Amino acid sequence: EKLAAKKKRRKEREALGDKAPPKAIPKTIENQRLYDETTVDPNDEEVAFDEATDEFAPYFNRQTVPKILITTSDRPRGRTVRFCEQLSTVIPNSHVYYRRGLALKRIIPQCIARDFTDLIVINEDRKIPNGLVLSHLPDGPTAHFRMSSVRLRKEIKQKGKEPTEHAPEVILNNFTTRLGHSIGRMFASLFPHDPQFIGRQVATFHNQRDYIFFRFHRYIFKSEKKVGIQELGPRFTLKLRSLQKGTFDSKFGEYEWIHKRREMDTSRRKFHL
Amino acid sequence: RTKTQNFCRNEYNLTGLCNRSSCPLANSQYATIREEKGRCYLYMKTIERAAFPRRLWERVLLSKNYEKALEEIDENLIYWPRFIRHKCKQRFTKITQYLIRIRKLTLKRQRKLVPLRRKIERREKRREEKALIAAQLDNAIEKELLERLKQDTYGDIYNFPIHAFDKALQQQDAESESESDAEKEEDDDEDVDKRAFVEADDSDLSDFEDMDKLETSSEEEQEEEEEVEKKASHSKSKGKTPLKGPARRKRPYIEIEYEEETEPATKTKAA
Repeated sequence: EKLAAKKKRRKEREALGDKAPPKAIPKTIENQRLYDETTVDPNDEEVAFDEATDEFAPYFNRQTVPKILITTSDRPRGRTVRFCEQLSTVIPNSHVYYRRGLALKRIIPQCIARDFTDLIVINEDRKIPNGLVLSHLPDGPTAHFRMSSVRLRKEIKQKGKEPTEHAPEVILNNFTTRLGHSIGRMFASLFPHDPQFIGRQVATFHNQRDYIFFRFHRYIFKSEKKVGIQELGPRFTLKLRSLQKGTFDSKFGEYEWIHKRREMDTSRRKFHL
Repeated sequence: RTKTQNFCRNEYNLTGLCNRSSCPLANSQYATIREEKGRCYLYMKTIERAAFPRRLWERVLLSKNYEKALEEIDENLIYWPRFIRHKCKQRFTKITQYLIRIRKLTLKRQRKLVPLRRKIERREKRREEKALIAAQLDNAIEKELLERLKQDTYGDIYNFPIHAFDKALQQQDAESESESDAEKEEDDDEDVDKRAFVEADDSDLSDFEDMDKLETSSEEEQEEEEEVEKKASHSKSKGKTPLKGPARRKRPYIEIEYEEETEPATKTKAA
């Protein structure tokens, strides 16, 4: 029945010829998205001022070099361990340490003492990684994500080698709201600020409907208008669960944003990132 | 209820099983150990007080010291049947052990298990898939990269604009005479530079020039190393579809591979 309607419409359009009304834009969820009042306007002064003074300012002013510590929850299983290793090859200047029952509260001051800028904790459940806690160390925000659909490098259909040591470029797509903006900056601060274009590697954080997809590619420009990309490196998707102001502290931390299911999942067109 | 034993539900029971010998209701002389808020008490029931239910169970606080408490049990239950005495002490031991464990655990980090909700999980999974399809990641990435290329964030590494290419072609004819007489070391440097994508124009031009020579298949003046390299690069082309023209040799993807191979070669040449 829909087909019939479509055909009729097309016939009418052809019949009208040039005077036909312009083609209707299909409704997508992105089009129908409820307008979020915290959307960042590129020229917003307040946002620019905030960004200059928040915790990532030293990174963006090139004063600090990112140094990342990757760790897991207790007793990581094989998959998680391998994922950690691959993640550490993707992010330059990162180290993987195992956690033999060490309390997070205690390792954080140690990390700060050893000059780490970021801490990543990969939580696992039933032998697969399913959570990610990313905290910017010198008293920076902590973001807690649920991780899903993790693919290790050998599971991706690829013919590429592993990532080299060059600093990759970073692409952050679609982080529109204030919250999204700060998360985007958090991701950007993981990577060294000056990407080495020789390496031709790019790490992408693409936000779509509150899901952040991470991909790692190697690109090559075949010509001026065409570029080829080849996927290498692990891939995963993240969904933000909470954002805390200070470093990771489950009891006393001040939450900037938590995902409250009852309130926030009511509408299908409303997204927060 | 297990296959062999019943459990007794009476809170004053000593062993927890429902037997004639360990039922507090069945025996008029009975004793138990119970603990409240981390302190252990010895409860005793004697025949004399059977008529007074309120005063039936006599309570004795046991000391915190394990051995002293055992002695206290003994002195309170002197002349009592061996069975009750033994079971009391056993129960007391068990209780103290688990109290210790509780105290130890509360010091360590507690792991809180937050249950996942299946419906929510399913919903999120489906939404994620749809979002993935909507995202069209590859296209987005490609577009972004091209944008950056246009905005010149890459500088002069990629020399695509066609008029520049033609200019380079013209120039290389003029330069080929001068380049061909250049020392080998210069070529070495250019090779290395080429691979490292230094933005100096000379390297780019030599790039085109060498490539041009390749295409016209002229052997002389071309070091054999370079030919070998290029052949190696062609033979090693895998993964990406063979590209035409100048872009073919600009594949550091391959050049990175054989950087090590040719380095010693160039070194020997220079030496």
